[in-house]
Amino acid sequence: MGRITLDKVTKRFGEVEVIPPLDLTIDDGEFVVFVGPSGCGKSTLLRLIAGLEDVSSGQIRIDGEDATQAPPAKRKLAMVFQSYALYPHMSVRKNIAFPLRMAGIDKAEQDRRIENAAKVLNLTDYLERRPGQLSGGQRQRVAIGRAIVREPAAFLFDEPLSNLDAALRVGMRLEISELHERLKTTMIYVTHDQVEAMTMADKIVVLRAGNIEQVGSPLTLYREPRNLFVAGFIGSPKMNLIDGAEAAKHGARTIGIRPEHIDVSPQAGTWEGTVGVSEHLGSDTFFHVHVDGMKEPITVRAGGEVGLHHGDKVYLTPQPERIHRFDDKGLRIA
Amino acid sequence: MATQHSRSAARLMMAPAVFVLLVWMLVPLIMTLYFSVLDYRPMRGAFDCCVGLSNYTSFLTSSAFLDSILVTLVMVGGILAITVVGGVALALLLDKPIWGQGIVRILVIAPFFVMPTVSALVWKNMFMDPVNGLLAHLWEFFGAEPISWLSDLPLFSIILIVSWQWLPFATLILLTAIQSLDSEQLEAAEMDGAPGYSRFLWIILPHMARAITVVILIQTIFLLSIFAEIFVTTNGAFGTRTLTYLVYQRVIESQNVGLGSAGGIIAVILANIVAIFLMRIVGKNLDA
Amino acid sequence: MARAVTPQKKALWTVLAWIVGLIIFFPILWIILTSFKTEATAIADPPVWFFFDWTTENYGIVQDRSDYFRFLWNSVILSVGSTAVGILIAVPAAWSMAFVPGRRTKDILMWMLSTKMLPAVGVLFPIVLIAKWLNMYDSYILLIGVLTLINLPIIVWMLYTYFKEIPVDILEAARMDGATLRSEILYILTPMAIPGIASTVLLNIILAWNEAFWTLNLTTVSAAPLTKFIASYSSPEGLFFAKLSAASTMAIAPILILGWFSQKQLVRGLTFGAVK
Repeated sequence: MGRITLDKVTKRFGEVEVIPPLDLTIDDGEFVVFVGPSGCGKSTLLRLIAGLEDVSSGQIRIDGEDATQAPPAKRKLAMVFQSYALYPHMSVRKNIAFPLRMAGIDKAEQDRRIENAAKVLNLTDYLERRPGQLSGGQRQRVAIGRAIVREPAAFLFDEPLSNLDAALRVGMRLEISELHERLKTTMIYVTHDQVEAMTMADKIVVLRAGNIEQVGSPLTLYREPRNLFVAGFIGSPKMNLIDGAEAAKHGARTIGIRPEHIDVSPQAGTWEGTVGVSEHLGSDTFFHVHVDGMKEPITVRAGGEVGLHHGDKVYLTPQPERIHRFDDKGLRIA
Repeated sequence: MATQHSRSAARLMMAPAVFVLLVWMLVPLIMTLYFSVLDYRPMRGAFDCCVGLSNYTSFLTSSAFLDSILVTLVMVGGILAITVVGGVALALLLDKPIWGQGIVRILVIAPFFVMPTVSALVWKNMFMDPVNGLLAHLWEFFGAEPISWLSDLPLFSIILIVSWQWLPFATLILLTAIQSLDSEQLEAAEMDGAPGYSRFLWIILPHMARAITVVILIQTIFLLSIFAEIFVTTNGAFGTRTLTYLVYQRVIESQNVGLGSAGGIIAVILANIVAIFLMRIVGKNLDA
Repeated sequence: MARAVTPQKKALWTVLAWIVGLIIFFPILWIILTSFKTEATAIADPPVWFFFDWTTENYGIVQDRSDYFRFLWNSVILSVGSTAVGILIAVPAAWSMAFVPGRRTKDILMWMLSTKMLPAVGVLFPIVLIAKWLNMYDSYILLIGVLTLINLPIIVWMLYTYFKEIPVDILEAARMDGATLRSEILYILTPMAIPGIASTVLLNIILAWNEAFWTLNLTTVSAAPLTKFIASYSSPEGLFFAKLSAASTMAIAPILILGWFSQKQLVRGLTFGAVK
């Protein structure tokens, strides 16, 4: 079980309110990702749930029980830290055993669980090593191992992949997703990387300045961003946001169109422009097109081998059903 | 950043240390303060309450007080000058590429670990004795008249002894500071055409400035309360009576507790003035 | 510096450094040499250096006359005892300051340091008086207490600077893993801080061993450490250089050896972390 409810939770550091009243429900077995730019309060929120910080007001319930005042040790949650926070003076085995030792679980059961976790995480050969002798990916796995042996109500991940190199990050992303499939335990995952959020989450919570901007499945956020912030934050490359006359034509203050929803043609289309920088990724090409009468260049995704060059004249046509409209307050117009 | 729970635990765990130090500081200080307004001379059975500030006035106006301040200043100043200048020179020397650097370091640091009573006794008898002392032999070797160090040059002799003990401290700290200097800075200066002495003046010395301040201030704290060296060598005679030693004599030797306590309070006040400067410096480093 | 230096230059610096090093070390060397001479050779004019009849008789005489081992034992008890008590009080305090810093933490640290600067003479008489009232003058308990108190600020400061280097994440991980405060300090913090704690212990044993104001003024016989033992040699009595040297060698040898091991930590400890 692992159903976590936040009820009007706030956090102030002195005079500064980092988290204004916030309500959120995380269902049992869900993979929830908190995403937002740095300083948006996502890590603070995670630490509040973990019990490493006190809430200033409001209530946190875990499986229906009030855990607001409970110390971290009593919340049945396990956490994987950004720095992994392995105990450097203990072997991998002792690291993984530590939470079990603290819980007073007998030696035989400890060993059984450690062997199990080691098998799942490919750590069997490394159990007697010290953390200092392991690679970044292996340390990450030890940190996860230390979390899973406790069989917690929920896992908390605080930017766990940000210290790994790009290739390893993709691999670990898959491993964590697989782990979630297998364990079916609630996971709360904090990241600033919207790609991680999109690929892993059942539910994404987009935060800005301590406020929840939108909660929903990855595709909901992609298809129906509630406001300009979410529209700009989710999706890569970013959605093109266009103000002014072009937006007014659609009855909006601002319109947004994703690069992948614009058709390119050398002959005819809605907007006429000149090709600027192009980024060739092999499978795709992103063109930055300067359209007459628009301040910002428009990013367009095209096939990998479209033969356009710097300075070429092109015509762009946004797919009409994919145009997002926003009002004066930056909110989506349904 | 922490929870209420850990904050209260922290307060609880800090309590013993804070409490014992508070008691250690306040109780004797209050007693001294109290004694300082008494005419309290246990040997003569005098114990008169409340002579007001007369102990303070007589302590402050006695010629012994002004002399002791002067002696303290000369002693501390002399030792600081010798150890800092010598320390910078030695640190620069030890930073050079030399064979057996580790061993030389060990040789240089050794005097700091010598018990003050041992160092004072050995210097007094085996080196500074005008008849059998090694320095007397050395003077004779060069055909000079041996010096009666502790009776003719008592203050200088004590400065010499204490400097020998503290030079290693200054050297070690300044050496650590030099070694933390990024060698690329020096190479850049060399590329810019700076000759050796100007590299020292404009790069090495400013880099050591903080360490030098720290050395001066910490030594001052320890040197202001020099005791064993004077106790063993001259016993405060021949113009080597520092403020610390004067207070000690008043209280313990002449058993004039009232007068001595007033002197003690004055010493505390003066030491605190010095301490405030040290606090500022160390306090800045806390944030770094 | 990683630069190549000509062997000539290196030789020059080496010779210079060794000469200076030996001059500074010379008094200690001389003490040790003299301790193996007879009293007559000890004052020979001109002085004899290495070629004399080496004898260890002085050590025996000093032991018989002044009971060296009793003072040594007292020194060990006082320095180790005061350091142990100091560590016990300081570890929790340093934990608090390093990991749960509050608005006043800095002020408390500063204040602790300032107690170190109170001139001891200012409070000597009250302390003697209290000690006599409590019937503790010249006792281990009194001396251990006083030495603990005068070194406590340094112990707290040193531990504080070492603890600050331990990432707080690791302690939080232990908390998440279900560790109580006690387990957190015992199984995670202390083992990780062992090198720092060891240097703190070492430096404080040295400071307590050499402390010569309180040990001289608060002891007579039963708790008197080596500082007092040596002070008893301060009045000359005929030929005594060799015996003085033997006594001095025995008083400084243990701490000299300990000190050489801790020279790196010394910098950090005595500058309260301001120079590392």
